Order: sequence, then structure tokens, then C-alpha cells
Amino acid sequence: MSEAIREVGDFRQIGTRPIRPDGLDKVTGRANFGADFSLPGMLHGRFLRSPHAHARIRSIDIAAALAVPGVKAIVTGKDFPDVAPGDIEGGEGGGDYHDMAVNVMARDKVLYHGHAVAAVAATSVRAAEEAVRLIEVEYEALPVVLDIDSAMAPDAPLLHEHLYTEGLPEKPARPSNVAQVMESTRGDIEAGFAEADVIIERTYYTPTVHQGYIEPHACLARWGQDEQSTVWCSTQGSFDVRSMTARVLDMSISRLKVIPTEIGGGFGGKTTVYLEPVAIMLSRLSGRPVKLVMTREEVFRASGPASASKIKLRIGAKKDGTLTAMHAWMAYEAGAFKGSPMVPGVMCVFAPYGVPAFKAEGYDVLVNKPKVAAYRAPGAPQALFATESAMDELARVLNMDPIELRLKNAVREGSQASYGPKFNAIGMVACLEAAREHPNYKRPLGPNQGRGVAVGFWFNVGMQSSAEIHINEDGTATVIEGNPDIGGSRASMALMAAEELGIPYQDVRVLVADTEAAGFTNVTGGSRVTFATGMAVIEAARDIISQLKARAAALWNVDVEMVDWVDGKVVARPGVNVEAEPLTLADIAGQSAKTGGPLLGRASLNARGAGPSFAVNLCDVEVDPDTGKVEVLSYTAIQDAGKAIHPSYVEGQMQGGAVQGIGWALNEEYIFSAEGIMENAGFLDYRIPVASDLPMIDTQIIEIANPGHPYGVRGVGETPIVAPLAAVANAVNAATGLQMTELPMSPPRILAALEAAKS
Amino acid sequence: MARVFLPQQLRHLTGGAAQLHVMVDDFRGLMAELDRCFPGFRAAIERDFALVIDGDIINDPLLETIPTDSEIHFLHRLGGG
Repeated sequence: MSEAIREVGDFRQIGTRPIRPDGLDKVTGRANFGADFSLPGMLHGRFLRSPHAHARIRSIDIAAALAVPGVKAIVTGKDFPDVAPGDIEGGEGGGDYHDMAVNVMARDKVLYHGHAVAAVAATSVRAAEEAVRLIEVEYEALPVVLDIDSAMAPDAPLLHEHLYTEGLPEKPARPSNVAQVMESTRGDIEAGFAEADVIIERTYYTPTVHQGYIEPHACLARWGQDEQSTVWCSTQGSFDVRSMTARVLDMSISRLKVIPTEIGGGFGGKTTVYLEPVAIMLSRLSGRPVKLVMTREEVFRASGPASASKIKLRIGAKKDGTLTAMHAWMAYEAGAFKGSPMVPGVMCVFAPYGVPAFKAEGYDVLVNKPKVAAYRAPGAPQALFATESAMDELARVLNMDPIELRLKNAVREGSQASYGPKFNAIGMVACLEAAREHPNYKRPLGPNQGRGVAVGFWFNVGMQSSAEIHINEDGTATVIEGNPDIGGSRASMALMAAEELGIPYQDVRVLVADTEAAGFTNVTGGSRVTFATGMAVIEAARDIISQLKARAAALWNVDVEMVDWVDGKVVARPGVNVEAEPLTLADIAGQSAKTGGPLLGRASLNARGAGPSFAVNLCDVEVDPDTGKVEVLSYTAIQDAGKAIHPSYVEGQMQGGAVQGIGWALNEEYIFSAEGIMENAGFLDYRIPVASDLPMIDTQIIEIANPGHPYGVRGVGETPIVAPLAAVANAVNAATGLQMTELPMSPPRILAALEAAKS
Repeated sequence: MARVFLPQQLRHLTGGAAQLHVMVDDFRGLMAELDRCFPGFRAAIERDFALVIDGDIINDPLLETIPTDSEIHFLHRLGGG
């Protein structure tokens, strides 16, 4: 792995690769995840889930279930309060608290197979399962809609009789399964297409896929007699769990404490609630703590996957490769409730390129599937799969090198982004140039082998973060923050604190605290933690430094203006007559009682200045023409990370995103029966890549400093999954001579396409 | 004067206007001016949109100043996964 350092800050520890503090516990199994917690008297919960994808609930009879020995509580939809509609902050494309509450526990209708209908708490798992079996529910089955075309048809069965399309100039006359439409245009696209020498027009499809986090959703809840509840859970955002759970249960957030456990992956899928409100309700009814843990099958059937999509794309270009116009019609499945990531999809579908005229129109479409959740760079992989596939075909038609075509049209600093503002410093061109020069781009290919290129993009966000730093009397430090550590963020926070304070990395401990111990902090997501919470840590450290200067000045009996902070020490400014050695953090901390008490720095902020991130991926594959199996021969991920605080964890994000994207491209898909029942709800049949399927993912970090962060950080967690779909698809198409446009490019689909091409 | 680009989704409120120039000092002034010109604009913006000042995306812009000759956009608020 190599690093192309474009800008190097004057750092002592940033950019080094120390071992993450949580690493040993996680690889030895000592770390405590969501399902690892127990309390005395704890009950075990189980769900009854809908056997129908769409049905009206006529009645629920729990009498027989309640009679099972050991059963202490049963809840159904009527035990939960009505929740008023209201937008959920921080989601992609919108989400609604009323919908969330109904998703947690069905009320009058079930809207997908696996929708929760009731939940039981009992003294044993066996008793809970027996009670679930005895709950009698009378359903009136309703027709199902399972794909975009049937859901958008004029006579389609409606999931919600009172849902009217938003985004139109006037409220439509009839309800619809289309929750929202959006349009983004610039210039005259008809004139742009008229000017084009070549037009590529295709329809692209991506399937419903799951994030595939290894740890299922899990929580333990305790309702206290003082009506103070505590939840231990696996989540990307403890404060989000607090606000969402409180809203679903109509309780004050002051009555709820959320303790984030270690988390075994989330990728966006753990930014909402499924279990926590139910566990609290069962605990309230039973008076005992209740644990709820999803099975893998429940994770597939009842948690939020990524949207399936259908994108009709048309691009026009001159013979020299200059783009003249682009048009995208983009429909994203939302699942059973509104709120697909259609909006960011529309915003980013043309983001990598400067094109004088474009139109992108998006549709948020409801179907009888689980409500989608965020999945790294929500909406972007589907959008860029279409754009980058079409760009590759355009390069072939024009007989141009695919990287040269992209360079010719690439956005750069000062370009007007398709989604509105001008770009500041960005790394699109640097990534393309690095890819062009990469040895993996020049290696000869053999028979049945092909190479794919694709670009990735994500906006990155800031949002709210808090951090405190406590200085111990020996000069070591404890950082307290509220972002569950998924990708090595404790190490990154420690590096930034150590850098500022001038102490070794090993002297900084980072605590991910609960909602009563950490200041409010938004979710671990949006590629924001190293950027925004890191910014808070830096500010908290600078708060400490200003106090250190004041304390040293007091010890020396001089004005604070006479001292400075240089290389991790307080020194007297030139010309100041102080007969003392410079004071380190440890020197001052050891005397803190004399100068005002303990040293504590803190910061809270709503971070701005997030810098977008671009990536270029290269993929070589070999396709077996007899079986349709694709072997990934090499994979290279190049990404502008801004300053890489801990390069190993940046590379880890790039490698992880590449692997997930390869799975999305080649194998992963929800397979539904005509009745809307998922037929492959387990990892044996839902095929995610494993280590033996893959080559080592090669990485190259490009460091174009983000001017909006004190260290130049951009955030890296989401961009890596955007390019792989098209990179792999383009490689498969190059290897086979096909022009496939539907994912996954699984062996049966490739074989069928090869057979069709022969005939 | 700041150059303000109006979001396509709200052009039904602006009579189709896509951009305009305004002389304001801050976000409050900007909202007051836009709401005066296009009734209902403020409520629609505050619900779903972030402010962008010269490329800097600001989710909660209540206290922002608007520099002279700046370029202003409104973007859907973004989160992530």
C-alpha cells in the first residue's frame, strides 16, 4: 500500500499507525457487544412477526399465550401510544416518527413479511417462543407490490391509503405509492443532446441488499420503579436511540439513559430503532429487565436494507468525449414507509462531472418490503452504478481510454457541482491521475479477463459533536465522547488529542460514554466522526492548552500573555525573564491543586466545513464462460481522504467498502416469492463475499487537505462503497463483451446473458 | 449583493425564479427577504434544507452572516450511513 501525500501538515503523531485501544478486546472476544449484557431477573423476549407481506389485522388474541408458565408480559400495537407525524432529523430522504412507531410494532395493518405484530417476555427463551406460537392473529390478506414498476402503476394496490405524493406543485387528487418526487436541472438538455455526436441510453437495476453487519440487533432494557429507564444496545447513535425511543413511547428523554455497547458493524443500518421501545414496554409491564436479540433471519426480514433501484440514464457527448447532456430517471424503493435515499441519489448522480445541461428526476417508491435504512453513502452506489456504467460504455464507443474520458469531464476546484455550490479543494482529478499511473492499470490481461474503472463520490457531513478531556495528575488524559467506535475512532481521537497536547498516544484513553455522561453527539455515520467529533476533541485540547498557559503563568507569577505553548510545553516568550524550565503537561497537572484544581477541557460544536470525497476504483476480473462465475483478480481503491489521521483505518474503510461493493455487484440480493416472502434470509443463501473470494484490496490514499478542518480531514467511511458496483460491472462487461445493466452479476445471470448473446 | 440560487423544489413558490440578488447581512435577513418575496418560502426551507455559503454547507444556519458578493445555495439536509 502506498500513500501519495499531496499536502503534509507539521504533525508529530497524526499519520502514524498505533494499535487501536479496543483491538485486543475485540479480537480475543473480551469486548462486550449488544447481546453480552445480562441483569438479575432478566426476561427473554421474542417477536411474533407477520406471515403476510400485506394484510389487515382483524384481531389478536393473546389469552392462550399469557397462560404459558413463565410468560410475564405480551405487547401488541394497542399497547403503544399514537405517535404524531414528524420528520426524523439526520436521515436520508426523510423519515417520519409515526412511521417509525408503526414499523416497530404494527397497528391495523402489516406492510411486509416479518413486520412485528406482538412481542413476549418470559423467564426462558423456550417459554417466550411457545407463547409466540400461541398468539392468534386473524389477518385479511391484501395484494402486494414488490417492485418499482408495479408500485408506480396507476391501479397499484396502495400501502397507505392517505399517502399523497410530495414534491409536486399541488397536492395530487389521489393517494399513491410514490411518496416524493424531486427534480434537479441545469441548462437545456434537449439542445445538449442535439449537440451530441454519441448518445448512450440504458436502464440500470440494482437489487435490495443488506448491510450485512455481523452483529444482529440486540438490546437489554430496564424500566425502573422511578420510571427511569436504561437501555444497553448496539447502535451507531446512542442519542438517536434515546430520542427515537422516547418519541415512540411518548416519554421524556430525561427518563431514558442509553448505554452504547461495542458494535459489530452498522454501515448505516443501526441508525434507527427496532427493539428498544419494545424492550422498554415489556420491561414496564413485567417489572423486570428484558433482553431482545434478533436472529439473523429477523435481521434480514425485519431490519432495514438498502433500496433496490431502477435508473434510466441517457448521456450525450461529442466525438472528443466532451459531455453535452445527461438525463436520469431514478426510482428508489423505500420499503413499507416513505424515505428512500432518492434525494441524495439525485444530488450525486452527476456530481463527478461538469456537464452543461442535465436533468435528474427522482421517485421515492413504497413497496411491501422492510423499510429501507441507510447503507454507506445512501443512494450514491445505485446512482453512480448507472452513471459510471454509461461512462464506461461511452469510452468504448468513442474508443477512448476510460480514465482520459473521465479526466476530460472531471470536476475540480471551482467547478459548479451538479447539486449546486462550487467545489472547494477536491481530489477527483488527483485520484484519476493516480489511477492512470497505477501499475494495476497497466498490467496485461489474459483471455476472459476484463478491467473496470469507476468513480465514487460522497458529500460527507458535519453535524453536532461534543468532547471532554480530563487531565490526570500524572499528565495522562482521558477523552470522553459519544460516538460508538466502529472503524477505529478511539484511536483517531487519541491521536488528535495527543497531537495537540504534546503527549504520547499511549497516554490518552478514549471513553465512549452513555447519554448521561457524554455531551450530545449525533450518530456515528455520514463519515463525520473523525471530522466533526475530531474537531471537538481538537477544540477541547486547545481549551486545555489555554488553561495550561494560565496555570504556568500563575506558577511563574507572570502575565499569561508572557507565555506560549511550543512543542507540548509552556515556555516563556522571548525576552521574558523567567528562571524556570519549560513546563510540560505533566508538570502542570501535578501542581493543578495549587493553581485552581483539576484540568478539564471541553468543546461542543455543530461542525461545518465538511469536504466531499472522491474515489477511483480499478477492478480486474476473470469470467468463467462455462459457469458464469466471476473471479476478482485484483482490486485497487484510490481515494481522497483529506488528511489521513490513522492511515491503517482509512485503508480499512476503503477495503471494507470495496468488499461490500463487490458483494453488491456480484452476488447479493433479496429474493422474494410472489407473495413477498424473502426466500434467502440467511448467510448460506444470501451470499456476501468472504476472504477466500477476494484478492487483497490494494489501496492508495490521496491527501488533498480539506480547508474546513484544522487537520484537513474529509471523512472516509462512505465513499469507498460507491465506485465498486460499476467498477466490477464494467470489468465483467469488458471480460465478456456483454453490456449487462442489472445487478447482481451472479453466475446464473451471466450465463443467461452469454447464452442470449450466442443465440 | 449576495447571489441566491433558489432550489428547484421550491420554484412553485418563486414563480419559477431560479436566482436573485439580495442585499442582506445575515440568514435572518435573507429569510425575511425571501419570505416577503415568496410567501411560504421560509417554512419550506427551515423544514428540509441546509444553507450553503460559498461552498460551505451549514445545516443550522440561524446565526450565520451573509458576506457581500457571496454565493448562496439551499441543499437538502444530508445525513449518511
